[in-house]
Amino acid sequence: MKIEILGSGCAKCKLLAERAEEAARGLGVDFTLVKVTEYPDIVARGVMSTPGLVVDGVVKSQGHVPTVAAIKDLLR
Amino acid sequence: MTVESKGCACAAPTPASGGGFWKSGGWLLAALPAWVAMYWVLKPAADGLAFRALGLAPGSRLGEAVAFFVYEAPKVLMLLGAVVLGVSFVQTFLSPERTRDLLARRTGAWSNLLASLLGIATPFCSCSAVPLFIGFVRVGVPLGATFSFLVSAPMVNEVALFLLWGLFGWKIALLYTATGVAVAFVSGWILGKLRMERHLEPWVLTVPFTPAQAGSGPAGLRERLDLALQATKDIVRKVWPYILAGIAVGAFLHGYVPAELMARVMGRSAWWSVPLAVLIGVPLYSNAAGIIPIVQVLLAKGAALGTALAFMMAVTGLSLPETVILRKVLKPRLLGVFLGVVAAGIVLVGFLFNVLF
Repeated sequence: MKIEILGSGCAKCKLLAERAEEAARGLGVDFTLVKVTEYPDIVARGVMSTPGLVVDGVVKSQGHVPTVAAIKDLLR
Repeated sequence: MTVESKGCACAAPTPASGGGFWKSGGWLLAALPAWVAMYWVLKPAADGLAFRALGLAPGSRLGEAVAFFVYEAPKVLMLLGAVVLGVSFVQTFLSPERTRDLLARRTGAWSNLLASLLGIATPFCSCSAVPLFIGFVRVGVPLGATFSFLVSAPMVNEVALFLLWGLFGWKIALLYTATGVAVAFVSGWILGKLRMERHLEPWVLTVPFTPAQAGSGPAGLRERLDLALQATKDIVRKVWPYILAGIAVGAFLHGYVPAELMARVMGRSAWWSVPLAVLIGVPLYSNAAGIIPIVQVLLAKGAALGTALAFMMAVTGLSLPETVILRKVLKPRLLGVFLGVVAAGIVLVGFLFNVLF
């Protein structure tokens, strides 16, 4: 599973990365976590409000930081 | 004043802690009557503390100053907490994506007005300014309306509205909101009329972009409540020292300094005070909640209303970090025109208020 965190590096993006990692570990899945920080790359994924969460190329959340439990649901 | 890296004063939510009762939000039901009861007894309790428990004489300078502080400080913090919680909850139903779709089919001055009004309530973080700008422009939101939104969103928002209401009364709150919307509306309209599309950086129009609809809002009620509580904790934790400092200065002035003296020294007779306030305010950056206590001090010191409001608009609406961010999508000329038009609008509003009031 490829998890991408979209955002230019603000505090919310860092928190989303931490929570996504915690959620993925909690589920016990194989995953790689990548931070996408360049604007053209963020826009190319169709996201216009950061932080964004993209799983295997699909946008799962944008513009807010979901809770760990909610991220687990998004990863399943 | 909160000046942060990356030009972003958006609250980063604190990780949720605790479980069961706290997580369920059930405690909120218990907290509501407690809040109302506390607010109700605040004034007598504060007077009791100042004049009876501390033994200060009513009408004395120290007594009045202390009574003012022990009443105003908890009042404002309670108002702030309640307002931010309510607003954050409502905002989980709104998103920039929805606003964009509402604006996509509009043209002309209506698009500017609608964009300025939607900017009041749409949650917006200046670290998202670049992707948001591209998202708006690429689905066909007029360039002028996009600018209207970019001016209105950080400058006029519900936290500012309710905080101004709590501290200065509804007249100033509505005046700030109405004139903020007017500045966003007019400057966006002018920028649209100038037809400066060719002054966008080329990648804005060429980068592949297909808007993703999914996931622009939290899922259930519980998640919304959780997000609202996080935002509340974060904002209150960030601004309470400024608010207390502001009230402390206000309390000192309340007890010790005759108002007429201050008004004469820093009144509206100095015409240059408005442009100067805007000039100082533009490079600075703070969100509305952080700047209001400073505005309170300025007003308490006898600064003219127009000067204080113009300063607040300049600080929240334009900033050095935001300029650096917007440079990625705007060529220097358009960026310069944008800054100039908005700053001129704010100065005009300042003059208008100083003449009218």
